[in-house]
Amino acid sequence: MLKKLSIAAIAALSLSAGGAMSAVVGTETTDVDFSFEGPFGKFDQDQLQRGLQVFTEVCASCHGLKYVPLRTLADEGGPQLPEDQVRAYAAQLDIFDKELDDDRPRTPADHFPESGDPNAPDLSLMAKARAGFSGPYGSGVNQMFKGLGGAEHIYSILTSYTGEEKEEAGTTFYKNPAFPGGWIAMAPPLYGEDVEFADGSSNTLEAEAEDIAAFLMWAAEPKMMARKQAGFLGVLFLTILTVLLYLTNKKIWAPIKGKKLEL
Amino acid sequence: MSGIPHDHYEPKTRAEKWLHSRLPIVGLLYDTLMIPTPKNLNWWWIWGIVLAFCLVLQIVTGVILVMHYTPNVDLAFASIEHIMRNVNGGHMIRYLHMNGASLFFFAVYIHMFRGLYYGSYKAPREVTWIIGMLIYLLMMATGFLGYVLPWGQMSFWGATVITGLFGAIPFVGEALQTWLLGGPAVDNATLNRFFSLHYLLPFVIAALVIVHIWAFHTTGNNNPAGIDVRKGSKEEVKKDTLPFWPYFVMKDLFALGVVLVVFFAVVGFMPNYFGHPDNYIEANPLVTPANIVPEWYYLPFYAILRAFTSDVWVVMFASWITGGIVDAKFFGVLAMFGAIFVMVLVPWLDTSRVRSGKYRPQFRWWFYLLVIDFIVLMWAGAMPAQPPYSIISLIGATYWFAYFLVILPILGVIEKPTTPPATIEDDFNAHYGKPAE
Repeated sequence: MLKKLSIAAIAALSLSAGGAMSAVVGTETTDVDFSFEGPFGKFDQDQLQRGLQVFTEVCASCHGLKYVPLRTLADEGGPQLPEDQVRAYAAQLDIFDKELDDDRPRTPADHFPESGDPNAPDLSLMAKARAGFSGPYGSGVNQMFKGLGGAEHIYSILTSYTGEEKEEAGTTFYKNPAFPGGWIAMAPPLYGEDVEFADGSSNTLEAEAEDIAAFLMWAAEPKMMARKQAGFLGVLFLTILTVLLYLTNKKIWAPIKGKKLEL
Repeated sequence: MSGIPHDHYEPKTRAEKWLHSRLPIVGLLYDTLMIPTPKNLNWWWIWGIVLAFCLVLQIVTGVILVMHYTPNVDLAFASIEHIMRNVNGGHMIRYLHMNGASLFFFAVYIHMFRGLYYGSYKAPREVTWIIGMLIYLLMMATGFLGYVLPWGQMSFWGATVITGLFGAIPFVGEALQTWLLGGPAVDNATLNRFFSLHYLLPFVIAALVIVHIWAFHTTGNNNPAGIDVRKGSKEEVKKDTLPFWPYFVMKDLFALGVVLVVFFAVVGFMPNYFGHPDNYIEANPLVTPANIVPEWYYLPFYAILRAFTSDVWVVMFASWITGGIVDAKFFGVLAMFGAIFVMVLVPWLDTSRVRSGKYRPQFRWWFYLLVIDFIVLMWAGAMPAQPPYSIISLIGATYWFAYFLVILPILGVIEKPTTPPATIEDDFNAHYGKPAE
């Protein structure tokens, strides 16, 4: 194992291993117009609730959200479910309690479960652990205008299956041009009309994929709206302070620079 | 403190006299704040204040983060998520710290290139320059150590690659690497010592910053004209300089305000722009990321490290002459540290007696080329190690060394500089006209 590790390290050091570009290059990320993009973008609360439903009914059978506390479903800037619904949602998920030495229903203080399938990655941070729009020439400048593209990457994966399959060493792989390498081990999870939304929203494949991508963005960055607000206030107050400092500076330098200045 | 004659602190009240005869601390603060500063300083001189702010910001946010962080391979990643999700304001503190590192390096690079253009490294400011380079090296070390702490994939593999550099040293390398890591591979012992050192080094930097300021307060600031303040009498000094307070304090604070508006926009609206997505995946020793990239501020030197592959003739020559002791890997390490070391030596490599690049018509173009070279190397460092990027890196690395080792020594001899203004007062008045009496 240690030998393997040092070989891997040397391979990494020489960086000759295939000369692969950062994981996203060569894959196709579709640009989706999400409500949370840009400095003033906000999460769409209804969309997050629909996304939670897609996650619960489809993704959760294999994937976990182990870093997300269930109580945050009620938080401002998130799906903002009522407290009793959060309690009911938590109660349907069991957890092994060391003190009881037995299973018990979860409470809002617990986290979402871990992945049930050991091959399925945890999705808590997936929307931040992937990126799209890395161009031009890998400079990442596109990300300045389009965002880092994690949610778009998830959307693209879910909507880009071509239907082709191949089998390698006993594992079935599915053709998906949005996935690095083009072949993914995850069977197509969504086909359209996989869930019924209570509010009658569209449940086409694209609509479902958008909803779950938005929900996973919230799961990865639950404080996004608070952060943007703090950023906005920071910029606003610092701008005012800077204008005052500019005027002060101008005033004290005016006699030195041989100018008369009335303020 | 300063070699420039100016008014010193005079204790007036009995209490002030009492303290001053026992500890002249008020006098020290007064002399530091009222130091005569060349009045022709331009906007490139504001980055020192930005850097001082960055150091304070990083220490304050860092100390808060430590209150919630757990340096253990099984808990570190989750403790960062705890900060991001559960700690009040934790997400802002962490994003400020993360992006504060980027601002720190952005500012230090402008500060360094300002020094290179205006000849701030030349006599009598060599010691200021060398201490500055030491601070820069410690910043690089601190930034690297800190990047390992979240224990993401790039943390782990970055640590593996960078400590591997020490493993490339002939004979002692492997033992040295094991000693640095506290074991055969990056593991819990590594994370713990990196955490300890990441907390320690900023305070060493703070101490060196005081020495840095002490050094240039002794010689006085350089200035865009690169000429000395007249030191004949206090009256002469007053014609060339203004006290740091309030003139330059206000100017620097205004500039800091502009920088911080941009900084808060980045932190608030795109805090992960300068990071790498892979660092939101927990470290996994069994999965190597496709392309291991350091943070953007190391990329120029990373490009130099990777530029010297075994098919480059200087590498082949070095390998042949040392009987294979210096291989491509070790040569790359030497080149990377050498690229920084030539900057340390620049006070003696530059033979021109004219300080400011403004009055060196040929030097200026070579300098602009160096800035472009630095940016190209930064870009090439993020690219995979294969043609054409490896060739671009090699050309970039060659120019970097050529600038310091060949161009600067020769240029000082063959170049005919133009005449700088006679006094700082003349330079200032040429811009703004004579002050109203």
